[in-house]
Amino acid sequence: MAEDVLLRLDRVSKVYKVGAFGGRELAAVSDVGFEVRRGEVVSLIGESGSGKSTLARMILRLTSVSGGTITFDGTDVSTLGRSYYRQVQGVFQDPFSSFNPIFPADRVLTMIRDQFFPRAAGWSERVAAALEDVRLDPGQVLGKYPHQLSGGQLQRLLIARALLLDIRLLVADEITSMLDASTRIDVLNLLADLKARGLGVLFVTHDLSLGTYVSDRTVVLRQGRVVESGPTTQIFERPEHPYTRNLLASVPRLGAKWADEAAPTGLPDGTPVVTADGTGNATGNVATHVTEEKA
Amino acid sequence: MALRVTDLKVHYRTRRGEVKALDGVTFSVADGEIMGLAGESGSGKSTLGKSLIRLDSRMRHVGGTVELDGTVVPVTDKRRMNAFRFHKISIIPQYSMSALNPTRKIGRMVGELLASRGVRLETAELERRLELVGLSAEVLGRYPIELSGGMKQRVVMVVSTLLNPSLLIADEVTSALDVSTQKAVARTLLGLRDGGLVGSMIVVTHDISLVYQIADTIMVMYGGRLAEKAPADAVATSPRHPYTRALISSLPEAGVRHADKRLQGIPGSPPALLDPPPGCRFRDRCPLAFERCAEQPPFAEVAPDHFVACWKAM
Ligand SMILES: Nc1ncnc2c1ncn2[C@@H]1O[C@H](COP(=O)(O)OP(=O)(O)OP(=O)(O)O)[C@@H](O)[C@H]1O
Ligand SMILES: Nc1ncnc2c1ncn2[C@@H]1O[C@H](COP(=O)(O)OP(=O)(O)OP(=O)(O)O)[C@@H](O)[C@H]1O
Ligand code: SF4
Ligand SMILES: [Mg+2]
Ligand SMILES: [Mg+2]
Repeated sequence: MAEDVLLRLDRVSKVYKVGAFGGRELAAVSDVGFEVRRGEVVSLIGESGSGKSTLARMILRLTSVSGGTITFDGTDVSTLGRSYYRQVQGVFQDPFSSFNPIFPADRVLTMIRDQFFPRAAGWSERVAAALEDVRLDPGQVLGKYPHQLSGGQLQRLLIARALLLDIRLLVADEITSMLDASTRIDVLNLLADLKARGLGVLFVTHDLSLGTYVSDRTVVLRQGRVVESGPTTQIFERPEHPYTRNLLASVPRLGAKWADEAAPTGLPDGTPVVTADGTGNATGNVATHVTEEKA
Repeated sequence: MALRVTDLKVHYRTRRGEVKALDGVTFSVADGEIMGLAGESGSGKSTLGKSLIRLDSRMRHVGGTVELDGTVVPVTDKRRMNAFRFHKISIIPQYSMSALNPTRKIGRMVGELLASRGVRLETAELERRLELVGLSAEVLGRYPIELSGGMKQRVVMVVSTLLNPSLLIADEVTSALDVSTQKAVARTLLGLRDGGLVGSMIVVTHDISLVYQIADTIMVMYGGRLAEKAPADAVATSPRHPYTRALISSLPEAGVRHADKRLQGIPGSPPALLDPPPGCRFRDRCPLAFERCAEQPPFAEVAPDHFVACWKAM
């Protein structure tokens, strides 16, 4: 149903100008299209350098779109004002970079009040509720400086910050990659709860099994292009593209060693993956492209 | 026995009091052993790693000893530690990959580092080591931003093992990488040990499934103390500590979906280390807790090489 669509990407591309005088171009995202509906978690999967963060940043308007359109609730996001951020928020992988080391970490929450709710009554109750949603103990985090908190605590603080706004879409870029198993499941369950409340969630990850746990639909990205997309169960059970199958095979599992598997390197169908850094990882591209930037 | 740590206690000084981040840990790591160190965020993994090599100004050594290859490591004495750091014990700190100086080419950075330690290294030897981790000598002429995450992480590994340390502590070296790069980097760690470049290794991670892939043993920390240490397979198949069990049951198995089966994290939160409650630190989250747990359980060997700190596991 069209009215359920919160976010729509239509043939979105991003070209970075790289090289000493911006003389070279790097196509980080090409012709990507997908939708996120209300009450739906969509996972965006791909290796490092496949363009996931670039897409997330375009959706959050942190970087410009080179081609195509991104619409939120039917309106081109580039035309929306600051109120966009009351509805759409992002949380990123590295929680440390979002904090200023000279201020207590909970300043990120106070800033939300100052920016969006200067006269809000019952602010501390709201903060308490948001912290509870992310299972943080106020006594353990409020008033603490970033260096006194662990990565997981900071990450949950940032999700709590997003929850203080009555957002409708959360863009979560690799938010679980620094968390331990139990905290990670809590955060994934939290995303599922947000979905149950009617939010749309774009869950960016390189771990196909986490995407499988929480998402309804999956978009697989490789070198900036969508190689496969559809209902998550279908992609997990019958991945069509060898790249998707390789992503799935690389997920480490407790009790089963990588060496126990058949083709441990290269794609499962035997296609060798030759890349610049010899990891069998398409990220090799990142390196070569960026070299040009310095050239 | 390569490393022997006895009742080590290291606290952080803060304005509100002391954070008991490492509160009496005793364990050893054998020659050539790769020990995975797992545990939730804030459990004290990095504090343990740092305590073996150099205490920063906020850290206070409250008690306990560290011995490496039979020699006491003077962890509190900055000056005397210089003979150990980098030479005998080396650390790849958490987030070090992002801390590479962006204005220095890799080769120059390595040169400066070696000079600052007063050591010389043949170029051929450096190139051999790069090759061992799957990098070509060409990376020496590149800037950090020109390298992918996996390449940077491997540069950091080579740099930290230039003097063939007896012990390498690798703190979250795979956590910022994608699954296939993680695999390559984890295998590189194995290669460092198998190639004789490092003696034993402590691989600190929050990702127990990942460290299982390369570790001989896994040690689990909880709230500044040790919960369990055992051969990797024993931890995977027959964990004895209720915390380890809960941690493992929160791992999504292949294909499990939230809609069909909602996995459980561990209810409650870890203890505040500023003023931790007495007794077992897992007590208020433990489904098996009973009266005795008000007393701190010892970290006891319940089966050969299998240590557990739990009254129910003894
Ligand atoms: N600001 C930038 N300028 C130039 N190139 C960039 C910039 N940001 C990203 N790129 C390049 O765009 C491509 C896609 O990068 P992006 O960060 O979107 O990937 P990703 O899928 O998020 O990877 P990761 O899993 O490592 O986070 C890469 O080749 C990267 O080097
Ligand atoms: N400089 C500091 N001052 C005060 N407390 C600190 C300091 N550094 C760490 N802590 C606290 O010490 C405890 C252990 O922290 P540590 O960094 O060792 O955890 P960790 O297991 O490595 O966590 P992560 O998985 O997030 O890296 C945490 O409660 C943390 O908040
Ligand atoms: S000692 Fe008691 S509280 Fe602690 S883990 Fe064992 S049963 Fe649980
Ligand atoms: Mg990214
Ligand atoms: Mg740490």
